[in-house]
Amino acid sequence: MDAKTSLPRMVQGLSERPSMPGNPYLPIPSTVINVISETPRIKTFQVVFDDKERMEHFTFEPGQVGQLSVFGAGESTFVINSPPSEKNYLQFSVMLAGEVTTAIHKLSVGDKVGVRAPLGNYFPYKDWAGKNIFFIGGGIGMAPIRTIMLHVLEHAKDYGKISLLYGARTPQDLTYQYEIPNWLERPDLDCTLCIDVPAPGWEHKVGLLPNVLKELNPSPDNTVAVLCGPPIMIKFTVQALVEMKFTPESIITTLEKRMKCGIGICGRCNIGGRYVCVDGPVFSWKELQSLPQEL
Amino acid sequence: MSDYRYLQEQDIPSFLAALRALGNRVLVPTLQKGTKESVVFTPWQEGDPVLVAKATVPAKAAVLPSCETLVTYKKTKNPDNYAETSLTLTETVEAEPTVVFASRPCDAKGIAILDNPYTKGIYKDPYYMAKREKLVVISLTCNSGCETCFCHWVGGGPSSPEGSDILMTEIPAEGTKAYVLQPITAKGKEMLAKSALKDGESVVALMNEARKAAFATLSPKPDLTEAPQKVAACFANLSFWAQETERCISCGACTYFCPTCYCFTITDEGEPTSAQGGRRLRSWDTCMSSLFTREASGHNPRPSKAERMRNRVSHKFATYPENWGIFSCSGCGRCISQCPVGLDIRKIVLHAIAEAGGTVHPPKQEEAKPAKAAPVQAPKLEEVKPAKAAPAPKEDRAEARAEGKQTPSANDTEPARSPAPRRTAKKRGFIKTSLKKSGTRRR
Repeated sequence: MDAKTSLPRMVQGLSERPSMPGNPYLPIPSTVINVISETPRIKTFQVVFDDKERMEHFTFEPGQVGQLSVFGAGESTFVINSPPSEKNYLQFSVMLAGEVTTAIHKLSVGDKVGVRAPLGNYFPYKDWAGKNIFFIGGGIGMAPIRTIMLHVLEHAKDYGKISLLYGARTPQDLTYQYEIPNWLERPDLDCTLCIDVPAPGWEHKVGLLPNVLKELNPSPDNTVAVLCGPPIMIKFTVQALVEMKFTPESIITTLEKRMKCGIGICGRCNIGGRYVCVDGPVFSWKELQSLPQEL
Repeated sequence: MSDYRYLQEQDIPSFLAALRALGNRVLVPTLQKGTKESVVFTPWQEGDPVLVAKATVPAKAAVLPSCETLVTYKKTKNPDNYAETSLTLTETVEAEPTVVFASRPCDAKGIAILDNPYTKGIYKDPYYMAKREKLVVISLTCNSGCETCFCHWVGGGPSSPEGSDILMTEIPAEGTKAYVLQPITAKGKEMLAKSALKDGESVVALMNEARKAAFATLSPKPDLTEAPQKVAACFANLSFWAQETERCISCGACTYFCPTCYCFTITDEGEPTSAQGGRRLRSWDTCMSSLFTREASGHNPRPSKAERMRNRVSHKFATYPENWGIFSCSGCGRCISQCPVGLDIRKIVLHAIAEAGGTVHPPKQEEAKPAKAAPVQAPKLEEVKPAKAAPAPKEDRAEARAEGKQTPSANDTEPARSPAPRRTAKKRGFIKTSLKKSGTRRR
């Protein structure tokens, strides 16, 4: 309670990050340039700012999010899943769930949208130099993993072994299928795929993701585990990682919550005193353990 | 000439008229009739009556309107290429110079509490900032405490300056009412210096006496130093919160009447392709609604009213203090006086401290109940001008009585009359107890 002597936690407790300049509520007018149907319920949208100069100078860090607006319907928060090196567009993958995502799914090339970005913190990859990185993505949770994985692979020489375990319910539920052959082939990535139940023609692992992870049994030595997926998957995957002796500091995940402002004010994405929109969405398991259990 | 000014009751209209002449919108407490009489801040015009009663609704809307436009949007077709559309977004940051007249120190402190998240975080809220910068708050210090208010519990007092630009204190005067105006900020000092009011230096002593007398009416306060830790310690104890909110009907009145609640929602209104376009609105929202946190998947982190009340009380007494260093409560007591089922946040906080094994010195009193104000000291709900306006209730608590007619227990802090007396007096309040989670506290 000594606010006079030090900066409040809401200011000093936050990491340095790129943030949206100017009026943070004013979306950047943008246009959809590509729509990819990933699965029956997931579509990927590539958008560009209408202001070319602003697009060129836009920077963000992997893991940061954007608020995508369809005017008349509203806006929702999605991770920017293109890597920061991709300067031509911002990519969002959207699962059909509610009103706003229904409106987003109706978008086609040339449609006008709004983007508020970048918001939130990012993966602490600067602390990972020289370490092995084990990425784990479940279903739509592959979106944030994609941005950080592509970023890390671009700088693969700075890290040790880079692995990916990507699981979905069925082969049809895997997003970024067109990229998977490359992920399987490239020598700098050890990629494992899994589905929940056997399917005809499936040549990869079968089983629930946490079980497949135990089977792979990655060493926790000098290794960071980075995971994202549905809450139930995160829960059991973290349990498995803890069993394999990963420390809470070396387990990194990203969260999502219902959000409106995205800038730490409107009051609905908080977990205790932490706001997923500014203190997150990226948290270590250690941080999450110290927070009230209200996920 | 000193910085203090002297204002007689009959000169209030000309003082307000002068503020208006400078281009200010002047918000004053106004009696609003309806099924239930209430006092709300409305723009004052020459000839309007002036009340100096504590308003039913705080002046929060001066900086955070219940609904405001953030952005307007419009899509138009490109006349040269009909396959193309262009999107026009216009930000609508606007503010007019505003003076809030005769709010109370708890309302002004509410604004000071809003200042933290809206102006001191990593993002500054331009809509709030614009209004805040053009706002001057003239607070009338209270002559006494009341049944439901508890500013002194949370670091305030009947003449606390936080959030006010000018403090105004009633002093004894023959045949009339008179006030001393004390500048608190540079803005307030400038406003008073420019005014035609007389020097108030000679009555500063009276002002100090009046303030001291007001402070003396307050009941002993519990020590809430441990509140942030203890309320946080109760987090996992969901049965405690379920018990505290048994009567809650999730109406959200506590949040809408609160000078420090600042949650909002953002919604779009109107189609972008329509002739007039549409607008993106920000509106007050309430964390007491189950929809507040419900996600599109159907998952809800706060599915029951127990989790929601836990969030509200924790925010005010644990997590906001953790983030900003002060309680997010100014002790105005509106959430108590306006609650249709008689929930009392003071009790919830004290119960939480007791539940977590804490203590609130001094353990002199059994119940956290401010002493009844001496009738003479009670803030008067009287109009300055014109006299013919509606017969005003005599006391601040008239409003509480009016409500009492509809819901007899609404303002009742007596545990014996509340619908669900769940704790025995022994286990309550200031007495340090280690409450056990047993069935004994249930009815």
